[in-house]
Amino acid sequence: MLRRLRGRDLGFKIGTGAFAALIVVIVAGIGFELWRQSALSLQKFGFAFWLGDIWDPVSGEFGAKPFIWGTLYSSILALALATPISLGIAIFLSELCPARFRLPLTFLTELLAAIPSIVYGLWGIFVLVPAVRSFEQALPQALRATPLFSGPAVGVGMLSAVLILAIMVIPFTSSVAREVLKAVPSSQREAAYALGATRWEAIRAALFYARTGIVGSLILGFGRALGETMAVTMVIGNNPQIKASLLAPGYTMSAVLANEFAEAADDLYLSALVEIGLVLFAITLMVNMLSRTLIWQMNRPVRATRAARVPIGAAPATGGAA
Amino acid sequence: MKRDVVRRWISTIVVWLCGLSVVVALVPLAFILFFVVSQGVQALNWEFFTALPAPVGELGGGFSNAIVGTLMLVGIGAAFAVPVGIISGVYIAEFPATKLATMARFAADTLNGVPSIVVGVFVYGIAVMPFRQFSAMAGGVALGIMMIPIVTRTTEELIKLVPPALREGALALGATRGRATLTVVLPAAAPGIITGVVLALARIAGETAPLLFTAFNNRFLSVDPTQPIASLTVQVYTYAISPYEDWHRQAWAGALVLVSLVLFCSVLARVATRRLERLQTGH
Repeated sequence: MLRRLRGRDLGFKIGTGAFAALIVVIVAGIGFELWRQSALSLQKFGFAFWLGDIWDPVSGEFGAKPFIWGTLYSSILALALATPISLGIAIFLSELCPARFRLPLTFLTELLAAIPSIVYGLWGIFVLVPAVRSFEQALPQALRATPLFSGPAVGVGMLSAVLILAIMVIPFTSSVAREVLKAVPSSQREAAYALGATRWEAIRAALFYARTGIVGSLILGFGRALGETMAVTMVIGNNPQIKASLLAPGYTMSAVLANEFAEAADDLYLSALVEIGLVLFAITLMVNMLSRTLIWQMNRPVRATRAARVPIGAAPATGGAA
Repeated sequence: MKRDVVRRWISTIVVWLCGLSVVVALVPLAFILFFVVSQGVQALNWEFFTALPAPVGELGGGFSNAIVGTLMLVGIGAAFAVPVGIISGVYIAEFPATKLATMARFAADTLNGVPSIVVGVFVYGIAVMPFRQFSAMAGGVALGIMMIPIVTRTTEELIKLVPPALREGALALGATRGRATLTVVLPAAAPGIITGVVLALARIAGETAPLLFTAFNNRFLSVDPTQPIASLTVQVYTYAISPYEDWHRQAWAGALVLVSLVLFCSVLARVATRRLERLQTGH
């Protein structure tokens, strides 16, 4: 009787475990499949694929540098723009907001994350891009002469992409940063107040305490920005070039996949596109792992620092010679 | 003394800046909602829901193919993502210390962060290339893969919230672990899990990128899972980047339908969660 029960319990464990294993298989499968499909391009171009800056499918020349540039440039600028705003939101909602407004405001900021990317793109094309164009045209000539704002003011381009990415990243970053701030023990703030700190100085103490988790939340937002496809594709201008100017159209890794994948006729072209997907996968994988580790470390209970635990005299063996 | 005044001023300014950043984030939200509603309402009519797209160059036509398509795609995705998500969530919650649970939890988090376009490339390789055919099935698989990690993590979180006394009661009555989970723990967590599933459905219904080269598009009404199929999102995209004024109008209407769907689900989930909390605390 007991054995039968135990057998059934084992069945339960194995039965549910098979589904848990399926998720692991899917993720591994994504990596394997992308690697397999890009074999042709990996073999033919090797590392040169990432150094070439000419993307010409007709003549079979594939260099992915412009896409890497576009993805990194737009994501980094978007993160730079979103960081102060997201931190402000996180601080306001976790430390300052009157309890009555907290839930509705939290709901509204998180609604930004729920709006589909395609809707951002549509709004981007018809509202943001014309607005950005007028803004660019209104820039003073002195500024237009600098490399950051050189070139014709067309509206579609890096600036529009950065703005839309920043808006899309804010809800992610701010909600994780808020959770992290919530995990800071109130004794930290109380101690600051007890020492005569102002409100901001107490918040700064909490921020300092939460720094690992906050960096984690920013990296998580960065990962989102790297992979964002539709909205960026619709406003960035889709021109594979490397320009520092915010006014110049660019192209990102995800955008080139969205635009060209369905039409890629020959094997090499398709394989080159899959390789871009493979690298996008690898980058987001690393970025996500890094951010999860940081956030997870933050949420662990505080321990004595490791240095303090090392007994005196137990210096590492290699340190003696110098 | 003077330094204290400065410190207090800095504090006040920063507090105001924090409040201001909330406003800065809400302005685009208001702008987007305003444009989607004001532009969308103008184009939203009966024809939008019932008619097929008009031939290029002709005015009128609707999104009926896309609405049916999105329902099909989300249905196919949910049909395998919901069971996989819930059962794997049960495993992770029930055997949290096992190596497999740690790996599955990590895999789910990773999958959640994989760009949706990459999922599209993957599904193209496993479900489009072998058959040399874009299909609703492939699109549904892509959406399902996007959905699994959300359902898994929600299930895990909610099972953990069920009071241990419930499970212990079932075990004390002689139930096996599996039986206790299926008949006592899961039903207790069910309302929350359903809420999570509804939110996940809303999220995948709004996905475009994974459908571009899996489900592709279709200007006609189709319910055949082996054929390309239209979807709200892809059709909004095609219409938005087209040169036709009338198509832009309809794209806004499509966006309005999408946003209403998302808003409806979010509010529903919020209300349900609040009721759930009230039930659990016994007020």
